[in-house]
Amino acid sequence: MAEPQALVEIRDLKRYFDVSPPPLERLLQRKPRAWVKALDGVSFTIRRGETFALVGESGCGKSTVARCLVGLYRPSAGKILFDGIDLAGLNRRKTAVPLRRRMQMIFQDPYASLNPRWRVRRIVAEPLVTHGLVGSRAERDARVAELLVQVRLSPEDGDKFPHEFSGGQRQRISIARALAARPEFLVCDEPTSALDVSVQAQILNLMKDLQSAFRLTCLFISHNLAVVYQVSDRVGVMYLGRLVEIAAAEQLFARPLHPYTRLLIDTIPRLDPVDGAAAEREPVAGEVPNPIDPPPGCAFHPRCPFADARCRAERPELIEADGALVACHAVAEGRLAPAALTTSSHPGATGRAGPSGKLAL
Amino acid sequence: MAELARAPIAAPRRLPRLRRFLDGDLLWSFRRSPVTVGAAVVAFVIIGSAIAAPWVAPHNPYDLASVNLMDATDPPVWLHGGSWAYVLGTDNQGRDVLSTIIYGTRLSLLVGVLAVVAALILGVALGLVAGWSGGIVETMIMRVADVQLSFPAILIALLIDGVARTMLPHNVQAEIAIYVLIVSVALSNWVHFARTVRGSTLVERNKEYIQAARVIGVRPWRIVTGHLLPNVLGPVLVIATINLATAILTEATLSFLGVGLPPTQPSLGTLIRVGNDYLMSGDWWIALFPGIWLALLILSVNLLGDWLRDALNPKLR
Repeated sequence: MAEPQALVEIRDLKRYFDVSPPPLERLLQRKPRAWVKALDGVSFTIRRGETFALVGESGCGKSTVARCLVGLYRPSAGKILFDGIDLAGLNRRKTAVPLRRRMQMIFQDPYASLNPRWRVRRIVAEPLVTHGLVGSRAERDARVAELLVQVRLSPEDGDKFPHEFSGGQRQRISIARALAARPEFLVCDEPTSALDVSVQAQILNLMKDLQSAFRLTCLFISHNLAVVYQVSDRVGVMYLGRLVEIAAAEQLFARPLHPYTRLLIDTIPRLDPVDGAAAEREPVAGEVPNPIDPPPGCAFHPRCPFADARCRAERPELIEADGALVACHAVAEGRLAPAALTTSSHPGATGRAGPSGKLAL
Repeated sequence: MAELARAPIAAPRRLPRLRRFLDGDLLWSFRRSPVTVGAAVVAFVIIGSAIAAPWVAPHNPYDLASVNLMDATDPPVWLHGGSWAYVLGTDNQGRDVLSTIIYGTRLSLLVGVLAVVAALILGVALGLVAGWSGGIVETMIMRVADVQLSFPAILIALLIDGVARTMLPHNVQAEIAIYVLIVSVALSNWVHFARTVRGSTLVERNKEYIQAARVIGVRPWRIVTGHLLPNVLGPVLVIATINLATAILTEATLSFLGVGLPPTQPSLGTLIRVGNDYLMSGDWWIALFPGIWLALLILSVNLLGDWLRDALNPKLR
């Protein structure tokens, strides 16, 4: 974390998906057009060298952010600045590709993210070949062997096909491929959620090692809070296409502000109840609303125990509170004191100040 | 991180291509299946003899000087009146049936293979374009395919063949009959390739390895040829072998109907047609032997295609 300067800046990013019925049906049955607002105004920055995590339930738009960032989706509105350059303005291949080399992505499903008909050597070498980073074939083979060793595989594995490997090994191949072009920014879209718990830890440790070795900046997407706590410096909590809270990881887990964040943290299963208190877990009440027809005001109000009339009518923006950014009227108005609530309503809450080692990974 | 920084790491040596093939699973799975070996032997004999026709065939049926009309409709050697000179008997013009079969297979195979290759290239290309680009392009290609699929292939081939014949001048017709035949058989068969490839493309294009390639910055053209094509080609190979059989049959049917190859350049279909006229007069060998030959060829090609499909699937190894 040498330079605290922003590498990635996202400003008011929006991405809508058209889920309208076919034109004929709209005309005959007078059905309206319909849009899923997967991202509805997301703004955050990722500083050079840090790991920024996005958490939230399924369907809250975490992956959509990642896909917009690496160029798989075109944003409907908003800006993505990478190292000060607006990615949306880069339509020409010539200018876009050198920039794309600097950001790579690790995908969720290691069984689908490797071409089943290519040998591992060719898979790992693809970024090298595409960007013309190596000259001769011998040079390429040497670089691939080096990458395979870096992800704790053996150079001989280059001769094999992906189906000869386990899920964890495949994810290592994925990491080797992502690192091949020496990127500065790595987008990890739930890289461990398809893996066994024991393998998850290995992969996370490997990624941490590589991140510090190559001074990578990471966007880490996960629904697993325990994993997020382990790897991230700062965390953004998403709910229904919007960010509800951004805070440093330590602070977020110690003193969550937004009611939704509190609810999420309460759902972490813990092995040992702290202070002798019974491990009392609050079930998550309600369900995520339909993103085609989100509730007015704060999207979380139907599930929020602290919602009032203002929450139902007016949408909260991100404001600074207690060193973090939070989008909540209750916090802004002081109705909801961060520390007070946590300690009074949940006996074991103080133990969460230091969740390290107490989280069931 | 000291171990990470350790460099350089020697790349492992690659095995030579031939060694890799001989040690490979392909040959092993071939030897393990007696049906496949049998089919390969039959196919090798039929196709090999067709390719080496001038050296293998006992007579040259195109050489009119060596054909004696007095020998017409001689029976096979094991029947009364047969001779070792004409093992499978002779046809109505005194040509050796075995030799005409070998030479006819040559033409049948040529038409079949070229038609399948043409249909494959056309169908795979259109299927990839339709599946990859989507939208109006896809709709247009697939609707044309649907319309064509609602007609029997033989009807399409007859139509194209007939139109080409009326449009082309008489004097070149005999020479280019074979090309017209290839084109008409190819155009009647591309739909199967296009539909299959489009279907697989729609599945594959949303898989993460395609997205990974896009993130890496691979050109769309290279994604289609390098990633999509090898992954949609599996079913295509099976269709191609089945289509080779169908194409040979279509050609045989067209020739049987008299719009294919002329009797001066007889394919297996032409031979069966000619023999058909003599079936009722008891000269069954003129039609039967080309028919058996055709059936064997198609069966063995199909069996080999089935084996190849299983053997080339890395997940089944």
